[in-house]
Amino acid sequence: MSTVVTDTHSAHDAHDHHDHKPTGIKRWLFTTNHKDIGTMYLWFSFLMFLVGGSMALMIRAELFQPGMQLVDPHFFNQMTTMHGVIMVFGAVMPAFVGLANWMIPLMIGAPDMALPRMNNWSFWILPFAFLILLSSFLMPGGAPAFGWTFYAPLSTTYSTDSTALFVFSMHIMGMSSIMGAINVIVTIMNMRAPGMTYMKMPLFVWTWFITAFLLIAVMPVLAGVVTMVLTDKYFGTFFFDAAGGGDPVLFQHLFWFFGHPEVYIMILPSFGIVSAIIPAFARKPLFGYASMVYATASIAGLSFLVWAHHMFTTGMPTFASLFFMYMTMLIAVPTGVKVFNWVTTMWRGAMTFETPMLFAIAFVVLFTIGGLSGIMLAITPVDYQYHDTYFVVAHFHYVLVSGAVFSIMAAAYYWLPKWSGVMYDDFLSKLHFWASLISVNILFFPMHFVGLAGMPRRIPDYALQFADINAIVSVGGFLFGFSQLIFLAVVVKAALKKGEPAPAKPWEGAEGLEWTVPSPAPYHTFDVPPQVK
Amino acid sequence: MKVRLTSLLLGLLALFATPLAYADSLQLNMTRGVTDISQRVYNLHMLVFWICVVIGVIVFSVMFWSILRHRKSRGVTPAKFHDNVKVEIAWTVIPFLILVAMAVPATTTLLKMDDTSDSDMSVLITGSQWRWHYSYLDYDIEYMSNLATPREQIYGRLPRTENYLLEVDRPLVIPTGKKVRFLITSDDVIHSWWVPEFAVKKDANPGYINEAWTRVDQPGIYRGQCAELCGRDHAFMPVVVIAKDPEDFEAWARSEEQRLADRRAEEERLLAMEMSKEELMEMGQQVHMSYCAACHQPNGQGVPGVFPGLVGQGIAVNDKTAHIDVVWNGVSGSAMQSFRNTLTMREIAAVVTYQRNAWGNNTGDVVQAADVHNFSQGNQ
Amino acid sequence: MNQQQPKRQDNSRVITRLLASVMIMFAFGFALVPLYEKFCEITGFNGRTSSKAATADSGMQVDQSRVITVEFHTRVSRGVPWEFRPEVRSLRLHPGEVKTVNFYVENKTNRDVVAQALPSVAPGEASLFLNKTECFCFENQPLAAGETAVMPMQFYLDPDLPDHVHRLTLSYMMYDLTEQARPRTARVERSE
Repeated sequence: MSTVVTDTHSAHDAHDHHDHKPTGIKRWLFTTNHKDIGTMYLWFSFLMFLVGGSMALMIRAELFQPGMQLVDPHFFNQMTTMHGVIMVFGAVMPAFVGLANWMIPLMIGAPDMALPRMNNWSFWILPFAFLILLSSFLMPGGAPAFGWTFYAPLSTTYSTDSTALFVFSMHIMGMSSIMGAINVIVTIMNMRAPGMTYMKMPLFVWTWFITAFLLIAVMPVLAGVVTMVLTDKYFGTFFFDAAGGGDPVLFQHLFWFFGHPEVYIMILPSFGIVSAIIPAFARKPLFGYASMVYATASIAGLSFLVWAHHMFTTGMPTFASLFFMYMTMLIAVPTGVKVFNWVTTMWRGAMTFETPMLFAIAFVVLFTIGGLSGIMLAITPVDYQYHDTYFVVAHFHYVLVSGAVFSIMAAAYYWLPKWSGVMYDDFLSKLHFWASLISVNILFFPMHFVGLAGMPRRIPDYALQFADINAIVSVGGFLFGFSQLIFLAVVVKAALKKGEPAPAKPWEGAEGLEWTVPSPAPYHTFDVPPQVK
Repeated sequence: MKVRLTSLLLGLLALFATPLAYADSLQLNMTRGVTDISQRVYNLHMLVFWICVVIGVIVFSVMFWSILRHRKSRGVTPAKFHDNVKVEIAWTVIPFLILVAMAVPATTTLLKMDDTSDSDMSVLITGSQWRWHYSYLDYDIEYMSNLATPREQIYGRLPRTENYLLEVDRPLVIPTGKKVRFLITSDDVIHSWWVPEFAVKKDANPGYINEAWTRVDQPGIYRGQCAELCGRDHAFMPVVVIAKDPEDFEAWARSEEQRLADRRAEEERLLAMEMSKEELMEMGQQVHMSYCAACHQPNGQGVPGVFPGLVGQGIAVNDKTAHIDVVWNGVSGSAMQSFRNTLTMREIAAVVTYQRNAWGNNTGDVVQAADVHNFSQGNQ
Repeated sequence: MNQQQPKRQDNSRVITRLLASVMIMFAFGFALVPLYEKFCEITGFNGRTSSKAATADSGMQVDQSRVITVEFHTRVSRGVPWEFRPEVRSLRLHPGEVKTVNFYVENKTNRDVVAQALPSVAPGEASLFLNKTECFCFENQPLAAGETAVMPMQFYLDPDLPDHVHRLTLSYMMYDLTEQARPRTARVERSE
């Protein structure tokens, strides 16, 4: 997250004739440069992270005590819905696309993404998608209030007209993701430097390559589902309405056919990031590179066969429950392989603990906790007790916040010197890490307890026995939320070039082509493809 | 790094110690429940939990050992190894075997849960926004079950009592020792009927019927909630089940059948009786607060764009018969449900009168139970 | 950048394929709807009974050794001003035995209504073995204002009904299809 260098002339070597770039607003509006677009994606996602985060704080403020104090239940439902949609589609996914834009060309020795103009498009339609979505707050009845999973018929017959805006913005986000995915695939297939074979690609490139195929496979299905919701609501179709022979459970099958691969879309690039950072600071090559690639591919493949584990309580025949339970448990195997590989990479290394490494280690621990509660959730008979409780909320926030978001933070610290040309403020970054680590656990760990004790999710008010833990959780929520402002400070400082100048390779053990170009990375890199041995 | 390790150990300790320390005041673990199935589910939960804890402890111990010992500041030279086929095969196969070990008890428990055969009685449970309706298929009993917690407690004007949000006006009553089969469906959106102590959670899907069952051995009161987001008052539709000895249950069922029959007879008898406008307004206000206020709000203003307001516009000031029609039949494809089986004719007459005269509507209309009866018989 | 020339052709081939996959997946999303219906029909996944009349096999053996309880339940959806009830609450029969149950319906309004009854069976797997030779639910039921009707439903249980099923419930929900093409958001406003 930084602005790209304004004065690149000092930093660059043989490419003067290329280093001409427009200035001012036009540079950002019309840019086709992968670094500029990556930067915009990252800033956009951080903005959305703050917007979605403030919604989470409103949720936590209402839940601080039993009783209705601050908001109306209907507004509370709007908050949970928009928090989910914004965090998934506005914060986590664009952050990964931003990282892909910045780093994939640098990592494979390409001068830019393969389709730079489409790249510009896929970014610039995103702000409009979210403007449309957020403008629904101004409608009578407010924003969508049916949860980010928009189960029919709550989202069709029983919703307000904001559903139409929700559907349109989902379509735009979907198009943006699909264009981004096409760009990543074409870039990786066609733009690799000579000698960069598939099995030499950094794992971040590999995980993104697989993620992009997942996006191509499931975003169109999401587009189909939201279209069906729209026609059910406005054009008299009966896809999900029993009155006309439809089935509301069909909606859930279609949604989760998209939704479960979507979960992996939000975690696979994290695996790539952590697989880059841990070897760099352990000063030891990644253990089991090939098995990492196969594990990623098998997780992606299995993700198409597990969707109904979100739906055990909808009333499935036993054979279906068993099938989805077994398949879901099976995912633990490749995921376990990854965790074991990371731990073994650390084993007998020579570790140092700079901020990116701290976040990566926290990722491994907390993601594993989220993964283990995932195994518990896979067991159908006990899932009847966990389903739709705070136990589930705790589980997916462990994998998405202390998983995906922590990995994005790790990536930001790891590559910030390359992006900005200066080292980040070490003290502030450590403060950010420790504040985040402690508060994220105060926030999400106790949620397991209230969930097990029987508190359903998505409720604005609760029975008295859940009061103490909810108070603790809310305190953790505010601490975590405000800790992220430290991150903002660190990034702004680096973007303003306040800090030690960074060398081309600021991390002793780092590997990869991105460290062969100067810091900050010049506007144009690898015009002459490097030779990879 | 010492800090991290200690905090982790403390965290783990807290995880196991706190449930014991606060076991009676603060519930931190899944309920064991009161049925054979719920005990099995609890045991399965604990089994899987401990397996996960052991895996976690092993993996994190290795990692933290490495973090403590293999650090550059201790002057170590990094090793160079980067794969080992034997190790990699081992940590693919061993987790797989652990999973198989978990899958076996999981499968047997699931097969038991899904076996609805040989049931002794059936109860049809219908969810609607935001109350449950219970209908005993083997008896002449059906009724609505509404949240009993007063609004004043929710909005902090009265102190909250022990069963805040987990209390209803008419609980479901079932006999102990009998296999009770629940048929679960919905009238509008998807709800989910959940009683943790039975380990029963099943979605109520509109237009489809789902099945679950329980056999409770201990008489008692068991509380649960709707578990699927179902709109504005999702948090306010609890489930309360009372399990009674079979004799007590039979006695209850007979008296309940009698009560419902009496109510119908009473209704017939009172049809001819005119109530004064004041009586109607008073009763109507109560009915409005219990049944209408969740959507139309206590002040009748509704929620713009979601639930229509009743003040100075719409059904409450236009045609009287249309107003009765909406309350009696509901409105298809909207959140407005039918109250013909929920409220008595007197109550419907009262609430219609109230809504037509409260909040400055002042239509002056007085609706009597006989008008509702005439409407229901098609004489409009 | 002379080596980019061949790559650009490569690009368009990859892009075409990817775009085609996007289109295929979009279509696949919609294809899942009939696939799901077919799947449910074959497995009894969602508990719907067949919407086509079955013909009882004359050589079918009545299984005297088993007695199955079939419960009937009826409901009307919101806004349908009808009375709708079965003549019996439940009946007991042997698999293979053909029985008829009458359902009574009365339109209590002064408007004509077209309704459709949709069946749901619990347990869902039993829906595969509940065969109707005649049913009002195969078609729409138009009912004039104030009209009453008796609607028969003739069925038998397939003797292959799994052994562990002793009791099954057939529920009918009556839906108003009079104005089925009307856009449904407008209804919230119209209820005012």
